[in-house]
Amino acid sequence: MPHDHLSPSGHPYRADDDTPLTYWQTMEIAVRELLIEKGHLSAVEIQHQIDAMDARSPANGAKVVAKSWVDPEFKAALLKDAGSACRSLGFDIGPMHLIAVENTDDIHNVIVCTLCSCYPRNLLGLPPDWYKSREYRSRTVKEPRKVLGEFGLEVAPNIEVRVHDSTADMRYIVLPNRPPDTESLPEEELAKLVTRDSMIGVGLPKHLSELNA
Amino acid sequence: MIKVRVHDRWPPGHIRTPAYIRGKVGCVERNLGPFNNPEQNAYRLDPDQHDLVRVRFTMDELWGTDAEHPTDTIEVEVYSHWLEKV
Repeated sequence: MPHDHLSPSGHPYRADDDTPLTYWQTMEIAVRELLIEKGHLSAVEIQHQIDAMDARSPANGAKVVAKSWVDPEFKAALLKDAGSACRSLGFDIGPMHLIAVENTDDIHNVIVCTLCSCYPRNLLGLPPDWYKSREYRSRTVKEPRKVLGEFGLEVAPNIEVRVHDSTADMRYIVLPNRPPDTESLPEEELAKLVTRDSMIGVGLPKHLSELNA
Repeated sequence: MIKVRVHDRWPPGHIRTPAYIRGKVGCVERNLGPFNNPEQNAYRLDPDQHDLVRVRFTMDELWGTDAEHPTDTIEVEVYSHWLEKV
């Protein structure tokens, strides 16, 4: 029966993941239970922290970028000390040290962490899976133009590609260029143009025509 | 800009200086001030503090004739005990 392994939708059934716990999964459960038993944390506090992490999304970063497009003073503060500037907008980004790097007519910035997968989670939420892949991490420092091309972004030869390898204590966000013909757009609408990928540097903000797409 | 060379050292342990910049020369983009040394921090040793420095390298310096676009750049955070002035 050739179709035995297909679901009614025609797709293969996903394998069940009821395999034994790995060493590190067991370790995580043991540490978590000990912390709860000894009264350092409660299960509710852990759940709240997971909820807080899940609630963070690129929309937070998009508000920061949009604000920088309309408010030169804020932009100057952001480029000087991005962490303090984001806190001043009311974002709880924890102890994160943040640097904002600005795209210009001459420079295109892109972020990678070659050593692990450092990402400004406290501002952009959880990283996309590809950001953590060995391929993205190793190739972005060697052939960034080719990598960007695979994301659909061709950078002109006269524009410098500047890669930021997030190896240590800082986290990074790209300030993309403001799309053309958006001078009259209010800040809240501008924020809708700012994509996650444009803040990592593998994409550009949406065009005005894509605003409601 | 101040020119610096990254030490070409290969010690064991938790090192946050990527292999591809060791022995290479770049320019200081900015100094971020003192941070705990992760090489000690990772093992719960009382960490020394070192300035963390953002260093800008050209693709030409890092990859030579294999460079995709020699004038493109990479900026990396390096702890100052890995750097010497050129």
